[in-house]
Amino acid sequence: MEFWIMQTFYGLSYGSLLFMLSCGFTLIFGVMKFCNMAHASFYLLGGYVGITVLRWFGCTTVVFFLSILLSALTIAFLGVAIQRIFFRRLYGQDLAQVLMTLGFALIFQDLVLVLWGGDPYRVTIPQCLGGAFVLGDLHFPRYRMFMILAAAVVAAGLYLLLEKTNYGAKIRAAADDEEMAGGIGIKIPLISAGVFGLAAALAAIAGVIGGGFLSLYPGAGLIMIPLAVAVVIVGGLGSIKGAAVASLLLGLIDSFGKTFVPELAYFTMYAPMVIILAFRPTGLFGKA
Amino acid sequence: MKTERLLNFRVLGILFLLLITAPLYLPDYIVSLLSQALIFGILAMSLDILVGFTGLASLGHAAFLGVGAYTAAVLATAHAGGFWSCLLGGLLISAVVAALFGLIALRATGVYFLMITLALAMMVWGVAYRWYGLTKGDNGISGIPRPEFGLPWSLWIETNFFYFTLVIFILTFLVLYLLVRSPFGYTLVGIRESESRMQSMGYNTWLHKYAAYILAGAFGGLSGVLWAYYNGFVSPPNIELTTSVETLLMVILGGSGSLIGPFFGAFIVVFMKNYLSIYLGRWLMLLGTTYILTVLFLPRGVYGGLEDIMLKFGKSKPEPVAAKNKAVN
Repeated sequence: MEFWIMQTFYGLSYGSLLFMLSCGFTLIFGVMKFCNMAHASFYLLGGYVGITVLRWFGCTTVVFFLSILLSALTIAFLGVAIQRIFFRRLYGQDLAQVLMTLGFALIFQDLVLVLWGGDPYRVTIPQCLGGAFVLGDLHFPRYRMFMILAAAVVAAGLYLLLEKTNYGAKIRAAADDEEMAGGIGIKIPLISAGVFGLAAALAAIAGVIGGGFLSLYPGAGLIMIPLAVAVVIVGGLGSIKGAAVASLLLGLIDSFGKTFVPELAYFTMYAPMVIILAFRPTGLFGKA
Repeated sequence: MKTERLLNFRVLGILFLLLITAPLYLPDYIVSLLSQALIFGILAMSLDILVGFTGLASLGHAAFLGVGAYTAAVLATAHAGGFWSCLLGGLLISAVVAALFGLIALRATGVYFLMITLALAMMVWGVAYRWYGLTKGDNGISGIPRPEFGLPWSLWIETNFFYFTLVIFILTFLVLYLLVRSPFGYTLVGIRESESRMQSMGYNTWLHKYAAYILAGAFGGLSGVLWAYYNGFVSPPNIELTTSVETLLMVILGGSGSLIGPFFGAFIVVFMKNYLSIYLGRWLMLLGTTYILTVLFLPRGVYGGLEDIMLKFGKSKPEPVAAKNKAVN
């Protein structure tokens, strides 16, 4: 019984990280029809910025949350800059988008190597988030609980933004029909830049939080991006709800898969995607 | 009106001449890099069938290199397989994997297809990385001997292996050239241009795309077999996302849809990776910048650029009527 509870918990916490990584990716695709393969690079850079902030100011709880905030702002700025300068021109060209964003992913990988070196680093977790929450025989690592909480906050925040604010309504309008939205006076370039910045910020937050859990190293960007791709394929490109469901699902499958069939550990991450494609090519919640 | 890509025999002839005489004046290391360029050229040409001729951009083609390479590696080391059994095994298993993947991947188009092929390739990578019993995981399979034909030329000598690879490359190119100049090939181009139109004319487009996918996979597997023999060592990084992306870059950089263009792309990427990286420290940044510059400035690739130059110099042909028609269009 304990085994099942713990494995489910591990699966949910990993799924939470996947959600924070992928929600920005699916948001960009839904609103701008842009496939940003450099998304995991924002994750990576965000994590490293967080590490640097923690190094400068010491490892207290306040600094930890400050690092999340600063990292989100920095990477959002970077994301908006790149979007305005380079990505704007590639509207509608899938292959060009993929190649260019992958080119950026490589450049960021090398940049990280130059700035921070090749050693793997972990974000230092503040004291209050370390250790475990004991419930009878079960030890629930507090940091994993924090991850689940953080993902829930992000999901709730996105929901409120998209469904309950004016800006969110404009975003949804732009996602549904960009021409008409532009026609009634919604400033599409502003919306695009804003969404891209938001997505980059979300990835950066995922990077700092994930960095306390998984190590960060230059190659992590290109390792994480196929995971984000798997989540959005299963969930449906453009659907936040889909990303949430898919990331929890894949987190659970990964956790149980690694326990029962370790030889096929990575295979089990991508197999659900194959199953989804056999029955519903646009994903669980995707639009055709 | 899109200009049809005519294969320019002058370019081919010059290329052929340069390649045949290369070992005479180039050092052994460069010759072995040329062999590598030829092997990746075969992989890139097979991807061009999908990208350039059928219009299906795949981000998972390195999976077929991996399947072919691992099949040959396992057969050569664990089962003492000779060249022909490794070759046939590699081709067969790659074709089977392509047949399976094609059933899944072809349910999508465009960006979905890109992502699905990426994820399918990651599945193959995952198997290579974790199924220790079969693939020795992260350690890779080493000690793959060069093939023995009983001929007086040992393939352990780089020059001889280069000619061996060159022969296979030329044969592959001829087969693929005949393929794309056949009715089947033209149907693929029609599907690239407008699938709905081809369907309305009665073509079974899914079957054509499926056949193209299997062919691309099989020839990708061929390049994998050659890679196993060339490198003597096969490991999971051969199937990584970066390899698939480099292959796609080779096709785009060289010129998709021209069949020989991807070889130019392969040549450039292989030499950048192995030769330039010795002199320039930050070659990953250079590679990434190449991707970006290619997308921004060279959408038709190197071969497309060459074609444009040749068109300019070939203006001596008097064709005023054709020129007028072009202006009207």
